[in-house]
Amino acid sequence: MSLLSYFFGSKPKTAAVAKERLSLIIAHERTSNRAPDFLPALQKELIEVISKYVNVGLDDIKVQLEKQDNCEILEVNITLPEQPQK
Amino acid sequence: MTRVIVITSGKGGVGKTTTSASISSGLALRGFKTAVIDFDVGLRNLDLIMGCERRVVYDLVNVINGEANLSQALIKDKHCDNLFILPASQTRDKDALTEEGVEKVLKDLSHQGFDYVVCDSPAGIERGAVMALTFADEAIVVSNPEVSSVRDSDRILGILQSKSRRAIEGREPVKEHLLITRYAAKRVEEGEMLSYKDVQELLRVPLIGVIPESDDVLQASNQGTPAIHLKDSDVAFAYQDVVARFLGEDRPLRFVSYEKPGILKRLFGGK
Repeated sequence: MSLLSYFFGSKPKTAAVAKERLSLIIAHERTSNRAPDFLPALQKELIEVISKYVNVGLDDIKVQLEKQDNCEILEVNITLPEQPQK
Repeated sequence: MTRVIVITSGKGGVGKTTTSASISSGLALRGFKTAVIDFDVGLRNLDLIMGCERRVVYDLVNVINGEANLSQALIKDKHCDNLFILPASQTRDKDALTEEGVEKVLKDLSHQGFDYVVCDSPAGIERGAVMALTFADEAIVVSNPEVSSVRDSDRILGILQSKSRRAIEGREPVKEHLLITRYAAKRVEEGEMLSYKDVQELLRVPLIGVIPESDDVLQASNQGTPAIHLKDSDVAFAYQDVVARFLGEDRPLRFVSYEKPGILKRLFGGK
């Protein structure tokens, strides 16, 4: 295929690359930019509470608000350390 | 009832002022009493595009500060009887535009019986851009088929959905339209440029039109004539279609496909 396109001089389709990159960045920015203002504070307080009992860091908790049709879903994802020390 | 339309984009240089000039002219040509306001305080340019730069005496900030009344500041367009231009101020004071001030100007225009007020937004997401969209009933988001423009359009859509009065007061949301400008059908067909379908799919806003890339836009701005008035120009036809669709008419998309020139045309030239 690449040999054929070499002989026929067809160029790579950069528009497809642009679309792919845009769909990723727009999806990412929609969730982060349109999140309500309280999310970072909520995340910080959750870490404070949970770290009292389990050893978790800032990156182990992900708080996201997603919108599906008419309902909003608050998703809290906490990754616990792999092997609890005994 | 006056309808307020904001022409916005986030990114600069995509054709907001060209679009504001042509759409406001198009609405006036259809018989609607229309005002077009330049919100780009400090970088006034709508007056040049409309060809009324030498008739500017008072501006938007003068009206807001009470230094002139609205009728003194409105400039009657030279092409259309029922079109009026309210130029931006050249002040460098960023805080010159106040929300109360803009609201009062829009109310006064409503009292004077205007059907449409077109707000030409500055680029960016700063005060001027936010003021231009705050009171909007409808928004035309201008986007080029190019990565930075599409991303910025998405940002400005987010701001429309959070900072407009309609959003804050929980009323029916601002009606959004997507306008794609500087569209090169040939490059799209060759896979070098995002297609209008790609852009619409990414932004998820109803498409109101596609304006082809054309040398005519520069010719129009050189002369201070809104592009919609050009004779036999694809850009003029495309803007007329946009105005028709805005008013609820059904018009098929034009200038979105490319036909390879035949052998005769290639040999003997032509456009």
